[in-house]
Amino acid sequence: MTRNIVTALQENQDRILDQWVNQRELSEDFGGNFNSFDDLKAQSSELLTAVLENMTAENITDLYASDLEPLIEYVSGLTLSRAKQGFSPRETATYIFSLKDALLKVLGELITEDPKELYRSTLEISKFIDNIGIVSFETFIRGREEVILGQADEMAELSTPVIKVWEGIIAMPIIGTLDSARTQVVMENLLQGIVETESSIAILDISGVPAVDSLVAQHLIKTVNAIRLLGADCVISGIRPEIAQTVVHLGIDLSKMVTKATLASALRYAYGILQLEVRKAGKEKSNL
Amino acid sequence: MWTTTNQNKEQLSILHDRDVIICRNRIKEVAVKIGMGIVNQTKLITAVSELARNMLIYAGGGNVIVEVVARGREQGVKIVFEDKGPGIQDIAKAMQDGFTTGKSMGMGLPGAKRLVSEFNIESTVGKGTTIKIVKWKNG
Ligand SMILES: Nc1ncnc2c1ncn2[C@@H]1O[C@H](COP(=O)(O)OP(=O)(O)OP(=O)(O)O)[C@@H](O)[C@H]1O
Ligand SMILES: [Mg+2]
Repeated sequence: MTRNIVTALQENQDRILDQWVNQRELSEDFGGNFNSFDDLKAQSSELLTAVLENMTAENITDLYASDLEPLIEYVSGLTLSRAKQGFSPRETATYIFSLKDALLKVLGELITEDPKELYRSTLEISKFIDNIGIVSFETFIRGREEVILGQADEMAELSTPVIKVWEGIIAMPIIGTLDSARTQVVMENLLQGIVETESSIAILDISGVPAVDSLVAQHLIKTVNAIRLLGADCVISGIRPEIAQTVVHLGIDLSKMVTKATLASALRYAYGILQLEVRKAGKEKSNL
Repeated sequence: MWTTTNQNKEQLSILHDRDVIICRNRIKEVAVKIGMGIVNQTKLITAVSELARNMLIYAGGGNVIVEVVARGREQGVKIVFEDKGPGIQDIAKAMQDGFTTGKSMGMGLPGAKRLVSEFNIESTVGKGTTIKIVKWKNG
């Protein structure tokens, strides 16, 4: 598309807007979704401005051009706000696609002499608007993904069961991220569990924790300290090899805590402290 | 909210605690996609955790931009953390183990640097902070 055509489109912004908002399908399909025709016109005017201000003869064929970022941001924002208002992705995309008809109609009126140029420009505008529609879809899906991720996290964080594994030993598996709020729940449940079951050893299993950063480490240290205040011992189990390497590089010293690779080795350690032995039935004695 | 700004660039704004987790999960996906091993993946997302959380705590939020980059035949993940917060007065100090202006451990910045392959920090007081990191697949 030539610069002249882009400029001509910009100069005819009002005409395109009129053409757009007065389309029958727009008023029928979307009239009900806007509070008033003025709302529809205001929103459409903003989007049209964003399109015409950012579109150039060069970037019309290159959606990833950096000077299109403001437009893409605008479309993402528009999609999100419409999603919140209850528009379906189809409605939003159809709304965006309907701009194409208005643009092409005015384009046809602007280029009357050169059918080849009209054809080329039509293709480019079509593709450009299609791409904007795709951006809108992507945004919508990402928004959904975030909601789902958030829910998954919340669910994982709700469950922090205290399990009595043996007389005097309780365990708590942690699955998901150990943030401040969750640490509070973990700590309360563990301390209460220790008191209720009269346990002297608590095993905190972190096999399900994706990463141990300085915040998680601090939370672990706090939890261990609180447990010690009750006179009980705490073992952290489920330190995966990659977690061990990362913690060392991060520079965090967990050596003051008792840590074990697996829940089984933590249990073995706990039995040792309680001077319990596990051995095969019938055998006199064997090493743990 | 992630948006695609380029074929292999993605951007997320960090405004809440939850965004840190979303960010980490997405970066893990990107790392898995280029075939990064579990140890380097874990190092990378731990560094991301530290830097994203710093932005949240000290700058009230910021943006994370993720990109797959190549060095010859090796691929890596490049991440830019940019905020418009108060900036860091003495970068050398902030990069020391144990230095904190909060009541934390002060391991975030120096630890993150040790966990990644390339680490670049720029900060202007009153303007903000930009940290760029790269973790090569086998780095
Ligand atoms: N994005 C930022 N903007 C402004 N200041 C920052 C930023 N990131 C870090 N800082 C400053 O640098 C200091 C050191 O950061 P670092 O992450 O190493 O430690 P911390 O956050 O205090 O503790 P930890 O990360 O171990 O919990 C912080 O205390 C803070 O003053
Ligand atoms: Mg920090």
